Amino acid sequence: MAHQNQSLQDLQHIKNMMERSSRFISLSGLSGISAGLCALLGASIAHSKISLYHHEHSTLFNEDRGTYIFRTGVYSLINELVLIALLTFVAAFISSFLFTYLRSKKAGIPLWGSTSIRLFWNTIIPLFAGGLFLLRCLQFGQYELIAPGCLIFYGLALVNASKYTLGEVRYLGYGQLILGIINLWMVGYGLYFWAIGFGILHIIYGLLMWFKYERASITSKNE
Amino acid sequence: MNNPIQNLNKVFDSRVRLGIMSTLMVNDEINFNDLKQLIDVTDGNLASHMKSLEDSAYVKVNKGFIGRKTNTTYAVTKAGQKAFQQHLDALEKMIKTMK
Repeated sequence: MAHQNQSLQDLQHIKNMMERSSRFISLSGLSGISAGLCALLGASIAHSKISLYHHEHSTLFNEDRGTYIFRTGVYSLINELVLIALLTFVAAFISSFLFTYLRSKKAGIPLWGSTSIRLFWNTIIPLFAGGLFLLRCLQFGQYELIAPGCLIFYGLALVNASKYTLGEVRYLGYGQLILGIINLWMVGYGLYFWAIGFGILHIIYGLLMWFKYERASITSKNE
Repeated sequence: MNNPIQNLNKVFDSRVRLGIMSTLMVNDEINFNDLKQLIDVTDGNLASHMKSLEDSAYVKVNKGFIGRKTNTTYAVTKAGQKAFQQHLDALEKMIKTMK
């Protein structure tokens, strides 16, 4: 019996070491929640800017394309929206970085190790390519594609990243991909899809991860 | 019935060596300092366990430089992969005898 328990412990140790050495597992659920809150805040600011614009400028709705034909002042609106999107991204990035930093510090795993570097590159490559693509979309005036494009490229980045961090990230990626693809056929509702994907999905994911991994470790420490 | 313990590899008897092998199985290569942090052992301790794995030809060492600092990386050999796999199978068998 003692030998068998020993074997079981050995296998658990092996599994644990394989996980720890190949995946960056300090990613905190709180990071997801904070990123989601930033996205919701950004989306609501963008929403109010857009309604203000519609209020001040007369716009025509093009039935054929299902999109708005913008008149004067559209470029300043778009500049503002891009600025809001960038600020939201920066805020979400900083706040999620902070919670993950705290968690990795608590777990005694270095934040900038070989696993986090691998995670970083595998996330940034699809995001960077997608970012350039969307920048060109903006320059060509393909505004309808921006929101679905963000969701699709982010979803792909997450699916790719899931091999290098918590496996559950893959499902978050699938969620973003599905939303992005639906959005391709429902243009004009981009901001809502954006808010659901970047806001609500992040918050749900963050809560689930926090309950699954972090709450358990807090209670077990208290015992 | 033969004794299931005899299939267990003596070289993998220590937790540190088990940790080293598990890490090397899922990484192409890993450097000394990262390994030290992962397994949470002292330099001397890790070095001596590494030596015995090297002697069994389960790991290969690659001594390089980053600038002027030495950068020693380790990788698992074919023989090491095979031996570790057999050790895992033996552990599995051990647990199955519980039933």
